[in-house]
Amino acid sequence: MTATLALQVIQPILVLLLAPLLTGVVRKTKARLQRRRGPSIVQPYRDIIRLLRKESVLAHNASWLFSATPYFVLAATWVAATLVPTFRFDTGLGPAADLIVIVGLLASARFALALAGLDVGTSFGGIGASREMMIATVAEPAMLMLIFSLALVAGTTRLSDIAIFVQSPILGLRISLMLAFVGFVIIAVAENGRIPVDNPSTHLELTMVHEAMVLEYSGRHLALIELAHSTKLLLYVSLISVVFFPWGVAPVGSDMARHGVAILLYIAKLFVGANLLALFELTIAKMRVFRVPQFIGVALMLGLLAALLRLVSRSL
Amino acid sequence: MLVGNVLLCVAALIGVSCFAVWACRRPWANSAIYGASAVFCAVALAGAIAALVGGAASTLTLPLGLPWIGMHFRIDALAAVFLCVVNLGGAAAGVFALGYGRHEHAPQRVLPFFPAFLAAMNLVVVADDAFAFLLSWEFMSLTSWALVVSHDRSAETLRAGLIYIVMASFGTLSLLLAFGILAGPDGHYAFSWMRARGPNPNETMIAMFLVLFGAGSKAGIFPLHAWLPLAHPAAPSQVSALMSGVMTKVAVYAFVRIVFDLLGPIDWRLGMVVIGVGAVTALLGVLYALMQHDLKRLLAYHTVENIGIIFVGLGLALAFRANGLTAAAALAVTAALFHVFNHSLFKSLLFFGAGAVQAATGERDMDRLGGLMHTMPRTAVTFLIGAAAISALPPLNGFASEWLTFQAAFLSPSFPQWGLRLLTPASAAILALSAALAAACFVKAFGVTFLGRARSEAVNLARETDKASQFAMFALAGACGVAGVFPGFFTNLLGPVAQFLTAARIPAQAIAAPWSPLLPVAASHNSYSGFVIAGCLIVATAVVAFAIRLVANGASRRGAAWDCGYPDASAMTQYTAGSFAQPIRRVFATIAFRAREMVFMPAPGDTAPAEFKATLHDPAWDLLYTPVGKAVGFLADSLNRFQFLTIRRYLNLVFLTLVFLLTVLALWP
Repeated sequence: MTATLALQVIQPILVLLLAPLLTGVVRKTKARLQRRRGPSIVQPYRDIIRLLRKESVLAHNASWLFSATPYFVLAATWVAATLVPTFRFDTGLGPAADLIVIVGLLASARFALALAGLDVGTSFGGIGASREMMIATVAEPAMLMLIFSLALVAGTTRLSDIAIFVQSPILGLRISLMLAFVGFVIIAVAENGRIPVDNPSTHLELTMVHEAMVLEYSGRHLALIELAHSTKLLLYVSLISVVFFPWGVAPVGSDMARHGVAILLYIAKLFVGANLLALFELTIAKMRVFRVPQFIGVALMLGLLAALLRLVSRSL
Repeated sequence: MLVGNVLLCVAALIGVSCFAVWACRRPWANSAIYGASAVFCAVALAGAIAALVGGAASTLTLPLGLPWIGMHFRIDALAAVFLCVVNLGGAAAGVFALGYGRHEHAPQRVLPFFPAFLAAMNLVVVADDAFAFLLSWEFMSLTSWALVVSHDRSAETLRAGLIYIVMASFGTLSLLLAFGILAGPDGHYAFSWMRARGPNPNETMIAMFLVLFGAGSKAGIFPLHAWLPLAHPAAPSQVSALMSGVMTKVAVYAFVRIVFDLLGPIDWRLGMVVIGVGAVTALLGVLYALMQHDLKRLLAYHTVENIGIIFVGLGLALAFRANGLTAAAALAVTAALFHVFNHSLFKSLLFFGAGAVQAATGERDMDRLGGLMHTMPRTAVTFLIGAAAISALPPLNGFASEWLTFQAAFLSPSFPQWGLRLLTPASAAILALSAALAAACFVKAFGVTFLGRARSEAVNLARETDKASQFAMFALAGACGVAGVFPGFFTNLLGPVAQFLTAARIPAQAIAAPWSPLLPVAASHNSYSGFVIAGCLIVATAVVAFAIRLVANGASRRGAAWDCGYPDASAMTQYTAGSFAQPIRRVFATIAFRAREMVFMPAPGDTAPAEFKATLHDPAWDLLYTPVGKAVGFLADSLNRFQFLTIRRYLNLVFLTLVFLLTVLALWP
């Protein structure tokens, strides 16, 4: 009983603690592939601590919404990340939410952040908010279509059940799952503002989306936003790994040693995911913002195709 | 006698209306009329809740109307649900108008019609024969029309009134014909008789399309929505809230009552038609809304979107029922009716907010507002809650009902027909798209109106709205929260309705333990607990805030906005409604509305100003209304010639007509 409780407390804390590390690994790998030395993988932690120590500068006409948004954004992203099974199938909150709820929570966070972008009344905030919402309008139906195709395969939209189904030996090679995997990767890239949709390392560039929206933040508020951003990346990597590569996740009722192995395996999966993401980002150029809907449209089509294949044949 | 109680409230409302004719110019008239309306609506609401919980149908026949028929009234579970929606909205509008109504320039043009409008909507829902139904329906149309044209005499309002009355007449005509078909050759008008008769498949199909036109034109399905975004904003805001939040629901009631209850079994293809119409309406409604910069018109177009979502749910229910999948049909109908209730809450709330803004600033154009968060903080909070709810964000109520609709769509693999199996996922994707577009639209509506810097002096002079209006808005915002956190309580109440319409109901939800999740289908593992999600969000926010207070530097300093080192001098350089929607206009409206942007740059050295022009085409007007209007005009012009003939020609025409009719009579078999 106490062990279960401890595991349920460990899960959300682990998610929040590992998130900056994941960002650090992506940056480090990218730097090494570009033959730079790059900052240490713990640099994101140092950045957050540095920001936390600084005072926050608010614009004269910033309202309470502006200062409240970072807390809400981090909270919503954190709750969503906690709902994704990481190293054990039982998150403790399983019956409370399915995949649609996770998408909904991320949409809530984005809604608040876009409003904060408009709060100060600057052009950069406006352009960021406007484009972020445009990308979301294309990404959300694609995401739902992919969830639909998963639900057709697994018969449920609850994440742990999908993962357990994918893990089961009765499942052979499924083309619809592969298509859904590619679709999920595209959505993950778009939602996290990675290249080719957005460039997380630019400032003062008209193509930036997410960074433009949070331009006015500083100090502890910016630290929270950065942490939320890392957590969102971790959420998507965990989501893809638990749905498509659920091997090694501790089943319900495992002992502590099994859970220890599962945590190590989970961290290993995160490393692999981070490296693949860095590799992908290096091989592709940033797109014009109005090409993005076409890019995400591919994910929508893959979702439709996966659903269609599944409807045509039970074994595809 | 529950129906008697409701009818007494209706009589009282009509009495208030007559009293208002006499009293409307007195200084106390505003409080007295709106207060009395709210009280009688609240009493009727209590009666409706009693009917919903009690379960037994209650009927009454009054010796009014046509002498050999009388008027039949009946409250069953379905009517009780819609009575709740009508009277909750009516009571809220009455309370809101206690304060807001004082801004009215010509109260004598609004006060007498307001209680009459409420009475009419109640009558439509309790009517149990075609005569009473159509009479109340027409009464509802006319009182709301009077309220639409009451506000002022601007050309725009008059045009809205004209289009509304034409469309309302068209709708009533369609319903009249539908009832004619249902009544059959013997012409029995009581609903109980129509239910027992059961029309043949062809009659069913024609009647179903007539109802789709008749009820759909009042509800605002595409392309019959054209009057709605003109008429709803033209009325005073408490009436806009009623028309958008409640009257469209009465139209949904008419559709459900006739199609689900009176028509009997319906072919699955007709269900497919309803799903398709709903999906197109949802998508185009929200796209129209995104293109608006008038706050109230934007809200009116969102009504079109939400009606689309409701019709997708109803269409799914029809299709499931036609295939005998009663559990799935019950889920779809529960989702649709829950969305009916939720939409009436947040749409009324949003219209109240827009009304408060209009009263405080005299502006409805978002591009002349901005920064109202500072001058009207309470209105801003309630509008924000309504905006989040309508954008289907958890843990509010809009998300709960859309989640249920998605769960119904996920059951589509059980359809035996290929068409439905393919259409349903596509319509679910369209629903997701319209939810995402709605979120974008409400970021725009709230962001441009309430956030940023003031774009006109009127905003700086604005004052927070009065206490009664605030109370109404906070009550509705609270209701949005409660319905989102405890959806199981409301789906349980909808159980008898689902049972009545689809012969099944979704599993009864355990409401004793508030954290227990909502389980839409017994066999499925999908579940959602608004309570747990809301709790987690609150706990997580508290933990984050506590941790920050513990470790971080808590100092804040106010300074000029940074804006990458280029602070804007003028508030007019902020993002406006048009510029916010520009990327979406470019991505989606290029096809849907043939949106084009043109930039005229003068030659180098030329001192002429550069110009930017964006054009949009409304497909409903381009392809339907303008051609029809032209055809009617042409026909009227051609017939005009007959007005100026000599007496000889008229006599000739009379003679020829007589010969023609006699020939027809002679040849008639």
